[in-house]
Amino acid sequence: MSVVKEKELQVAALKNGTAIDHIPSEQLFKVVSLLEVEKITTPVTIGYNLDSKKMGKKGILKIADKFFEEDEINRISLIAPCVKLNIIRNYQVVEKKLVSLPDELLGLVKCNNPKCITNNEPMKTRFKVIDKETVTLQCHYCEMKTKKEDIVLL
Amino acid sequence: MKKDSFVSIADCSKESIVRIIQKTEFFEQNPNQKLLEGMICASLFFEPSTRTRLSFETAVNRLRGRVIGFSDAATTSSSKGETLKDTIKMVSNYADVIIMRHYLEGAARYASEITDIPIINAGDGANQHPSQTMLDMYSIFKTQRKLEDLTITMAGDLKYGRTVHSLLTGMSHFNPTFHLVAPEELKLPDIYKQFLDKQAIRYFEHTDFSPEVINESDILYMTRVQRERFTDLMEYEKVKNVYVLNNKMLDASKDNLRILHPLPRVNEIAYDVDDNPKAYYFEQAKNGVFARQAIICEVLGIN
Ligand SMILES: [Zn+2]
Repeated sequence: MSVVKEKELQVAALKNGTAIDHIPSEQLFKVVSLLEVEKITTPVTIGYNLDSKKMGKKGILKIADKFFEEDEINRISLIAPCVKLNIIRNYQVVEKKLVSLPDELLGLVKCNNPKCITNNEPMKTRFKVIDKETVTLQCHYCEMKTKKEDIVLL
Repeated sequence: MKKDSFVSIADCSKESIVRIIQKTEFFEQNPNQKLLEGMICASLFFEPSTRTRLSFETAVNRLRGRVIGFSDAATTSSSKGETLKDTIKMVSNYADVIIMRHYLEGAARYASEITDIPIINAGDGANQHPSQTMLDMYSIFKTQRKLEDLTITMAGDLKYGRTVHSLLTGMSHFNPTFHLVAPEELKLPDIYKQFLDKQAIRYFEHTDFSPEVINESDILYMTRVQRERFTDLMEYEKVKNVYVLNNKMLDASKDNLRILHPLPRVNEIAYDVDDNPKAYYFEQAKNGVFARQAIICEVLGIN
């Protein structure tokens, strides 16, 4: 009981904003860069290597007065699919969200085919997510498939 | 796609494939038509390919259209660093349709997204070459008088051969049975097998190029086994003569069997096959002009 309370308190120690929990520690700084946290002007707390019963070590991000759009937040699903979002208003968690992999990824992943048009023209890459389970992507242009372990973010 | 570009055979519905085949047959019987009178077709070959370019430009000429363009990017502004986008935008101001070949994969798809005029893909790197597929399918239709329920054997390089992948995709609408004959190193990639599985299409893989397989076939589609595809040259030496078709191998084949090859051939079909009435690869190439006339009319909505 008290553990739950303490946890809630920890997350809720933000008046308004978004707390992103259960980020794998080794992905934390990638998440920070994907969400372009460096451009945010409101207070941001970054927790790194925190103890987690489920994950061993985890990362947490708390961003004041920031509420992400779906497609902004879904960007991180590629590298941290189990992340939990807490939307906080007036110290209360008003909404919990899980990230989910979108059907299409625009301008996020690099195509690994050097002969792909996207690596040779000033243009956005575009991938179809053809298998959400295994995270397999297919380039909309050159049609090459990319497996999860080969995904390179732009 | 909202426009009628012709970028990949995978975009084509069964209906549009059938319609193009019917148009191809019409143009074979009536090649000279004034259907493109007053129209300008851009033929943009960022990578030279004389065979494909002459076939397309002949098709336009038979339809009384005019051709503008270039046959080699070295002579164009793209060699001065102009982007593909800018070239396509500029040409779109002049032409009614763009036929393009490019050394980069995905170039035609991208072009189709930045212009309102139709794009015909005449080959984008190792990716797609859908007009070749249409002429292959027309050749199958013409020699068998149908596309449905045929047994098609593909032999040679099934890993890198894009004509093979596109033909599998195009024929997948017509309940085929495939025999896939290839050395271990050049087997059909898993993604295409998964595609065939998903469509519930029967296929059998063989490493032996045996008479039993040939004797069951309606179509024998031969491809080149290229030396540069092998990482292990010993392996190449071992298999290079295994996938060579000679006349004797056709002794017990079906009467309706026809042999296709996208050309040019190296040594995978012995010269003694050329005089066999089942050899169809030279006529197959001739069908290219008619198929391309049909594709041009299809994208322009001309019936
Ligand atoms: Zn690509």
